Amino acid sequence: MTALALLHGLTGGALIGLGAAMLLLVHGRIAGISGILGRAVNTDGGRTIRLGFLAGLIVTGAILAVLQPSAFGAGVRGAPALAIAGVLVGIGTTLGNGCTSGHGVCGISRRSARSIVAVMTFMGSAALTVALVGAHA
Amino acid sequence: MKTFVLAAFAGALFAVGLVVGGMTIPAKVTGFLDVGGAWDPQLAFVMAGAVAVYAACLRIIRRRAAPLLDARFHWPAARTIDARLVGGAAVFGVGWGLSGYCPGPALASLGAGSSSVLVFVVAMIGGMALTRVLIPAR
Repeated sequence: MTALALLHGLTGGALIGLGAAMLLLVHGRIAGISGILGRAVNTDGGRTIRLGFLAGLIVTGAILAVLQPSAFGAGVRGAPALAIAGVLVGIGTTLGNGCTSGHGVCGISRRSARSIVAVMTFMGSAALTVALVGAHA
Repeated sequence: MKTFVLAAFAGALFAVGLVVGGMTIPAKVTGFLDVGGAWDPQLAFVMAGAVAVYAACLRIIRRRAAPLLDARFHWPAARTIDARLVGGAAVFGVGWGLSGYCPGPALASLGAGSSSVLVFVVAMIGGMALTRVLIPAR
């Protein structure tokens, strides 16, 4: 890995942390993307926050895709495998109450025992999956 | 309106971070997960940077009685480590390893216009909805 890749990683991570911290400071909410998406239109008082966050995430991604297309990679597998993967991610994050952001970034920072167990579990099963099926088709 | 715009700004920062960090390149993510193969450690630095900044901000934000635009902080209520947490996380990891997409990067990649990420996101929302219908929330 090059020094530039290291710098990209740390800078990107810092910005993710800042975005998540802003959601907590302003709105008092954990920046867990699966929860924000899964409960997007729930009527519990947080709908505007969730829809705003999702709009910012998706629109900014779209703008960056125009400015820097090389920052977006192609799918590593065909559509059938990606559909199966999507269903698994949807089911798993809903049952497990979180993904890489909610359990990973926010949960580890809060030293939540649940999140630490969740992260070790999904990192383990993800690494095992790649070991079994390869990093790409 | 203010609520929407400020939340959108937080989402925008998050998206820039994902893109700069390399999370919107699925091959980089599966390369990170490929610990026994051609391991790409970059994403470990993304996670380290994110946790370092968020944890530091958390120390300061926690001193406040309430967030800026709400009466209280909405901390997660669940405390127990049960089969549902571990099983859910395990299933999520299989989907993540198979595709290189977790929910944030997939959403941030939607606008790049690839049909593969669209398939993934539609299937993910379907999986979320199905789980909520079939299995009642705790």
